[in-house]
Amino acid sequence: MPVTVKTFTSTHDAAAALSSDRSARYLGGGTLVMRALNEGDISISTIVRASDHAMTRIDASGSRITLGAGVTFARILTERDLAFLHAPARSIGGPAVRNVGTVGGNLFAPVPYGDFTVAMLALDATVSVQGGLGGREIPIEEFLQSRDRQAGSLVLAISFARPGSTEAFRYRKIARIKPKGGAVITLAAHLTVNGSRIVGARVALGSMAPTPIRARAAERALEGRTLDASTINAAAAAAVEGTSPGDNALASAWYRREIVGVHLRRLLSGPE
Amino acid sequence: MAKTALQFQHNGRDVAIFVDGGTNLLVALRELIGDMTPKFGCGQGGCGACSVLIDGELHLSCLTLAETVAGRSVETLDGIKDGPNLHPLQRAFADNFAAQCGYCTPGMLMAAKALLDRNPQPSRAEVVEAISGNICRCTGYEPIINAVLSAASGGRARA
Repeated sequence: MPVTVKTFTSTHDAAAALSSDRSARYLGGGTLVMRALNEGDISISTIVRASDHAMTRIDASGSRITLGAGVTFARILTERDLAFLHAPARSIGGPAVRNVGTVGGNLFAPVPYGDFTVAMLALDATVSVQGGLGGREIPIEEFLQSRDRQAGSLVLAISFARPGSTEAFRYRKIARIKPKGGAVITLAAHLTVNGSRIVGARVALGSMAPTPIRARAAERALEGRTLDASTINAAAAAAVEGTSPGDNALASAWYRREIVGVHLRRLLSGPE
Repeated sequence: MAKTALQFQHNGRDVAIFVDGGTNLLVALRELIGDMTPKFGCGQGGCGACSVLIDGELHLSCLTLAETVAGRSVETLDGIKDGPNLHPLQRAFADNFAAQCGYCTPGMLMAAKALLDRNPQPSRAEVVEAISGNICRCTGYEPIINAVLSAASGGRARA
């Protein structure tokens, strides 16, 4: 069924068009919205696009990094300042998907996709959205919890603090097909170490709930401890707590629960 | 609903068509321009059979909103041969038995071309990565990887 395509030069006008029409969707790279149209999703009658250059801006010069919502994974892979994000960016799709898939769109990607968002959740990112009434900054966790209601607002950018060291940020995606494939599970952790103690541990899991979630029990097991074998064992044992994975063709919920601790242990133990 | 006028370059030739809102580039190429080389596989971005180059960059035409290619250059498999002469990649695919049923071949060739255009001497790992978005259910991939490597080395030796 034909849809109406509306392209705006300003994000403000695009956000107004999105919020005023329940059947409007924002088209980023197309990997979600074009796919829905190809499958005959009749809930979409209007496609909104914005050609504002701010949507594709990267500010990675300082300690606070901002990625425009329209920044693609292929672009991240060309940025030397974003080397710590190359692993999550490379773990997504094949080259053609990385050429179009965006940081903003990934926030909406359902299981078994949305790997980059798992990394963003571990980095405690803030999502800038433009609604019909104005702009807001939303913590990513809150954004994900209310994701179904966010389709009417336009994501402008995502920002987060640069990890203090290369070991502070860790990422691991378990897929059956390599180098490309949907996730069995995805894990990311941000561990800041003060002296020898972990402070403000954040562990994020993908495909362990309808949206990426934090493994709070594992975070508690890490907090204030040194990253030794007993701490890693405690965190791994707690990884499954609070998760609600589903079954799909890649893995059953049971299997995901069985392996999440194993892979958290490997993630925390460092390179094999 | 009103159709939108769309002009772009198709294999170096200017074309103008009218598309319905929401039409993807694959439908535009096959049904409106008559270029049957990009194939419909899944319509979900999962198989790579519809791969084309847009301004030299690898894209999935089924996930590309047709009107976003206005004023841009779209290259399909139909445009890579030179008259009766096969493109070196096509020759290498034939010589290395890299096509069986042939359905993935147009997408594989475009993905391989996207790689060789920016990296003429890729490693085996780089070839695997470059075609990782393209599914082949016949060959087991090895002949395709060998074909791309053989085209890269000018058809002389296998890397």
